[in-house]
Amino acid sequence: MNDFQPDPSWEALPLAAETRSLTHSVGIGRILDQGFGFLAVGAGISVLALAALLGWELYQGAEEAIRRYGMGFLVSSHWDPVAGRFGALPFLYGTFVSSAIALLLAFPLSVATALSLTEFAPVRLRRPVLALVDLMAAVPSVVWGLWAMFEMVPWLRQTAFPFLQRFFGWLPFFQGSIYGVSLLAGALVIAMMITPIVTSLAIEILQSVPLTLREAAWALGATRWEVMRVAVLPYVRSSLVGAGVLGLGRALGETMAVTMVIGNRPEIFLSLFAPGYTLASVLVNEFAEATSEEHLSALFEIGLTLVAVTFVVNSLARLLIRSVPFFFAPRPLRTESMETSG
Amino acid sequence: MSPLPSPSHSKPHSQKEASNEEGADFRHFWIRKVVDRFFQILSILAAIVVISPLLLVFVFLLSSGGSSLTWDFLTQLPKPVGETGGGMANAIVGSCILVAIATVIATPVGVLGGVCVCEYGDARLRAAIRFTADVLNGVPSIIWGIVVYSWVVLRMKTFSGLAGGLALSFIMIPLILRTTEDVIRLVPSAYREAGLALGLRRSQVILHIILATARRGVLTGVLLAAARVAGETAPLLFTAFGNRVWAAHLQEPMAALPLQIFTYAISPYPDWHRQAWAGALVLLGLVFFMSIVVRTLTRDRSR
Repeated sequence: MNDFQPDPSWEALPLAAETRSLTHSVGIGRILDQGFGFLAVGAGISVLALAALLGWELYQGAEEAIRRYGMGFLVSSHWDPVAGRFGALPFLYGTFVSSAIALLLAFPLSVATALSLTEFAPVRLRRPVLALVDLMAAVPSVVWGLWAMFEMVPWLRQTAFPFLQRFFGWLPFFQGSIYGVSLLAGALVIAMMITPIVTSLAIEILQSVPLTLREAAWALGATRWEVMRVAVLPYVRSSLVGAGVLGLGRALGETMAVTMVIGNRPEIFLSLFAPGYTLASVLVNEFAEATSEEHLSALFEIGLTLVAVTFVVNSLARLLIRSVPFFFAPRPLRTESMETSG
Repeated sequence: MSPLPSPSHSKPHSQKEASNEEGADFRHFWIRKVVDRFFQILSILAAIVVISPLLLVFVFLLSSGGSSLTWDFLTQLPKPVGETGGGMANAIVGSCILVAIATVIATPVGVLGGVCVCEYGDARLRAAIRFTADVLNGVPSIIWGIVVYSWVVLRMKTFSGLAGGLALSFIMIPLILRTTEDVIRLVPSAYREAGLALGLRRSQVILHIILATARRGVLTGVLLAAARVAGETAPLLFTAFGNRVWAAHLQEPMAALPLQIFTYAISPYPDWHRQAWAGALVLLGLVFFMSIVVRTLTRDRSR
């Protein structure tokens, strides 16, 4: 029994000695260890606190307007700060219509681009184009707005809108006088801003399709398009829709660029050539200048509405994307690349 | 063609049957090839349409903002309304300060939050934090401007660079948290087990093994978040507010490049428009530079 002692030679090993010193200095080391744990959990909880702060500040600011107008706030179409009448319907209308048009334009383009970058385009071109799409996502909103204001809107006013009116003027959406700044201009800018996001999501989704599915279709003699149509797209349909809805969530919150081109008029017109207004834009334009208590409160309620709308849309998107199992599954390719880095 | 019930099917089929047993399939093959080619061209056209606005923006900024991008523009303060000339030096420096404040606040909170989601707390807390971070990532940035306005600006009774930095950090925190979480998940759990088997404490395993392995990914996440907020205008409108002179300290309104671009763009003065274009060029250059740094970092990782 007596000779059953740890071999003293292992203490000479540098690693073991270091380990001993680390584990056995009970006092300060343990306190530091626990302190780190508290810090980490505190940081995690601070995210919850951040959400609480957001909800609380918005609710507190909007309380007066909520009490005064109730649900009528969301369905009244009169917004006249001078007369003290506040209704959010024109902003809700502008936000939803511009975002919906943007999504209608952006979604097919994004999916088609994703298809071309994963399947159709020459392999040598894929990486550079993908890099451009990534750069596009990094362009700040205000830069898009600047370009749209000075280049796109004049072009729309002089060329595109008259053209549309000439050939589709019988539709109610393309009637009325042309100012350039309009709901449609806002929608176009939003579309340009959400395409890179939806595209890169769609690429990730398309790459998640198991290779065996593609190979099975190839083996049956399918052409590239048929592989897409028969094997790939059905497998990821709901995820792709989810990516689109995520783009919609982004579109609803787009602020600066839209404010610069949408015309900022709180009225509801059927024509897309008419100026509009969005929830985010009215905050940009009026928040700093709101002098009366009730105006400010109404603007806070606009903010609350915007948060609620984006929350619902984003949650829906997440549900749709998660309905496909790949988001839960580990992604072996990336894990390998991490491991080799050491 | 003849008004037979199924003209396209019966007639060519019988004709080709003599030469080829699978004539029907070969007859369709042409159509299938054409359809395939059609969709290929369509998708490539779509890709061109998608990236063309980026090129248009770039060409526009270079052609109209390039000439205004002078040394004066980078080093001078804005001139009073009506005078031509002057620059955006204070806005460029202001933007850097604001992003620095935001990064300093958001990095520890975001990274530690990511550690918390992966390593600490019970499952319900982790799920709640992850869900909340996702929700916060979807909140439009202008909302943070309003929240910080009513939380900080109203209390301090002044717009300030500090409030602006805080608003930007609130955008960065959930972004950094999610990317940190993602890269920590990629660290093989064998590494963690090896550390624990050596008798390291949890915090030592996290700091010396997990974060050390994932540091490049974490850095990428922080840089991406910083690049994202560097271009933000909306949260600064009611917090940093903008300033036409140097801000003496952080409790004063502070200029920022995106803010200045916005103010100049919606102004009626042609000279200010020119400066807005030049400013946008600088901003775009900054953001692209950061994205390219991130890109090289991630490319090294896969090597």
